[in-house]
Amino acid sequence: MTGDGRTPSATLLALVAVLAVAMLVPVGYVVATAVEIGWAELAPLIFRPRVGELLVNTVLLLVLGVPATIVLGVGGAWLVERTDLPGRRFFAVLLVAPLAIPAFVSSYGWASAIPSINGLAGGLLVATLAYSPLVYLPALATLRGLDPALEESARSLGQSSWAVFGRVILPQLRLAILGGGLVVALHLLAEYGAFAFIRFDTFTTAIVVAYQSTFAGSSAAALGVVLATLCLVLLVIEAGARGRARYARVGTGSPHPAVPARLGRATPLAIAALVVLGAAATVVPLVNVVRWLAASDPSAFEAMPAAIVQTVLLATGGAVGALLVALPVGWLSARFPGRLSRSLEAPYYVASSLPAIIVALALVTVTLRFVPALYQTAATVMAAYVVIFLPRALVSLRAGIAQVPESLEEAARSLGSAPIVARLRVTAPLLLPAVAAGGALVALGAANELTATLLLAPTGTRTLATQFWSAASAIDYPGAAPYALLLILLSVPAVALMFAQTRGGRAR
Amino acid sequence: MTPRRFLLTLAPVALAAMVLSGCAAGGAVDGGSEAEASDDALVVYNAQHEQLTEEWVAAFTEETGIEVVVRHGNDSELGNQLVEEGEASRADVFLTENSPAISLVENAGLLAPVDQATLDLVPEEYRPSSGLWTGIAARSTVFVYNPELLDESELPASILDLADASWKGRWGGAPGGADFQAIVSAIVELTGADAAADWLAGMKSNATIYQNNIATMKAVNAGEVPGGVIYHYYWYRDQDGTEENSANTELHYFGNQDPGAFVSVSGGGVLKSSAHKEEAQQFLAFLAGVQGQTILGEGYSFEYPVIGDVPAKPPLPALDTLDAPAVDPSTLNGPEVIDLMTEAGLL
Repeated sequence: MTGDGRTPSATLLALVAVLAVAMLVPVGYVVATAVEIGWAELAPLIFRPRVGELLVNTVLLLVLGVPATIVLGVGGAWLVERTDLPGRRFFAVLLVAPLAIPAFVSSYGWASAIPSINGLAGGLLVATLAYSPLVYLPALATLRGLDPALEESARSLGQSSWAVFGRVILPQLRLAILGGGLVVALHLLAEYGAFAFIRFDTFTTAIVVAYQSTFAGSSAAALGVVLATLCLVLLVIEAGARGRARYARVGTGSPHPAVPARLGRATPLAIAALVVLGAAATVVPLVNVVRWLAASDPSAFEAMPAAIVQTVLLATGGAVGALLVALPVGWLSARFPGRLSRSLEAPYYVASSLPAIIVALALVTVTLRFVPALYQTAATVMAAYVVIFLPRALVSLRAGIAQVPESLEEAARSLGSAPIVARLRVTAPLLLPAVAAGGALVALGAANELTATLLLAPTGTRTLATQFWSAASAIDYPGAAPYALLLILLSVPAVALMFAQTRGGRAR
Repeated sequence: MTPRRFLLTLAPVALAAMVLSGCAAGGAVDGGSEAEASDDALVVYNAQHEQLTEEWVAAFTEETGIEVVVRHGNDSELGNQLVEEGEASRADVFLTENSPAISLVENAGLLAPVDQATLDLVPEEYRPSSGLWTGIAARSTVFVYNPELLDESELPASILDLADASWKGRWGGAPGGADFQAIVSAIVELTGADAAADWLAGMKSNATIYQNNIATMKAVNAGEVPGGVIYHYYWYRDQDGTEENSANTELHYFGNQDPGAFVSVSGGGVLKSSAHKEEAQQFLAFLAGVQGQTILGEGYSFEYPVIGDVPAKPPLPALDTLDAPAVDPSTLNGPEVIDLMTEAGLL
């Protein structure tokens, strides 16, 4: 049992609260800019036809893209987890593979395969392929943990396979679908590189253009206000839709493996669908990266070592920072669950649901105005990574802390160890896997991050992502290819880690 | 202490060490490049094309031994950034693709006068009368078109014609880039703000919007759109190379002192707040001097050198044969153009 009847220390609460406030700086920036610019100037910048166009584009992207990723993610997870599909293990990995290809690299692959690709259709294609694993992974984990007894009961009552899927399985996937869908939606709102490539304008691409025209001017800020509002609306919708239903199994007994559904004559169709999906999401980008790699000359590799070193340093710094910030709040919410810790945890998620471009604009403005010494320093870049990728560290740490039995620590204390020593000696080592996993996921995100790095990096900084972008946006495809390949290779271990975590679901 | 116990004790220490070294490593990025930047190295805010500036910097460092750190960005972004940073800026030199961005910095009172010897190298039409910056390169506006989709007889006589309804869906441009914004500022200067606003409204309804000049040219080449407004050198550069993005296209020069024949001047200036003014002036003198202009003129870029002694790279038509409209570069205004383009819904 955890934390029953005990209250967290005041120090812990204060630390969590102070960090929460720090994390809310970007949100504060959005509000403060809106207030400072004033409604009189803001209104004409917001209520103009161009913003209407962007709103239509962005909303259509969400309304069409999110359901598409859900269909692909849930469908794929069901096929590889609950059917007698041949080659399920292969397809299980194939479906997660696109996650190792940054969306802007995937877009580069598609733009060199089909140069005329553009607009909403192009945006939907690239984004859906790149982001469907974000639904697939949680859906897969949930399916593994589902008790098949419910499905069997339904079937024994004469329900068809489709009816069982629709009435029994799908409702239990609700949390995975909502959570994955929210993550996809936030990614769609935040994505810049992938859409800039193929001429599809969203709020985020327009903010970058506005930033390039006026630096941190009021036009970029006005678009930022609308974008931040959209993100918050999504959070509220998801929280509302989640509901209060229970999904855990009640009672004793252990689940037994599900009897795979027979695909029968649908088998070739299912295989064909997965092959097409895998080819579109993975093979097309990879083939084009390799094709351009063959065409690139040695000079394309010259700046690579420096870019690797700087990317690793910045990403490591971001990962360490995110873990340090996540530790107090993760500890609080795992050891002292309740309304208080939930409400203290919320700001961390709200802050990181804002697109990187807004976090970056906020940090440009805040550092220039209040702490010029930090402006354009590596510290600021890492701070941005912390805000943007914090949930990756938090989720991992919290789960890790919750799994360490408190009784071990108590036993150590009863043997005479001081509380802090018991914690360091007993609990900390057991947390290492969670720390490593969370850190790796943050570092991966940071290594692939583009917009915040472009805006905040110290003069002379070259990361793999910015190097790739600088070549690719000058249509120097061969020059961009080495960086694209390296970004993919770097991502593979982290994706493997995520996949392994998902598979672990069956053991428990 | 048993070995296992020892390891368990060590683990948190190791973790703490990892954390600390991580921070230190993070700091090293800062300490590394920034220490260079703040101590000895010259900091150049560069909105010129990266490759050209890298070539310049390499030659300059070889010649003088002065280290240079370059921050790459877009004209308006870096110009506005310099204004925002003000006296606190770490920049020593600002190089632009086009003049409006450097005028912005000039108008904010942030530029130091350029050495007279450097100014004397550059003909008057390619630098502002204030002497607070100088032209370092020039580029001509052109209309790139696909002869299969557009007959020579159908070519626009003036860039202003492109706002006409007959051009709907038939041309492309990259309004997000500083290149295009400089062209618009010339249109504002030559026709007035109202006429320019009308022209931009026409562009909004007629033109396909691309990310940059290269993307525009590539689209014309692929037949996605019959023509596009770009600067000349993207085309020459591609023709000189693989022709992958221009083999199916031709260039149309507007001439006749049309706003569409505008020649845009790239600016270079020294920041008043620079801690390395002498080296900064030296760098600028190098760019505008024979050596710097030769690197530009013979190099990969195909932009026009602005000093008389260095010819343009063949097969470029000579700069003085383009019949460009006379525009004082210091009158070109970035912010007004951005406002007009925002109102037109292009930004």
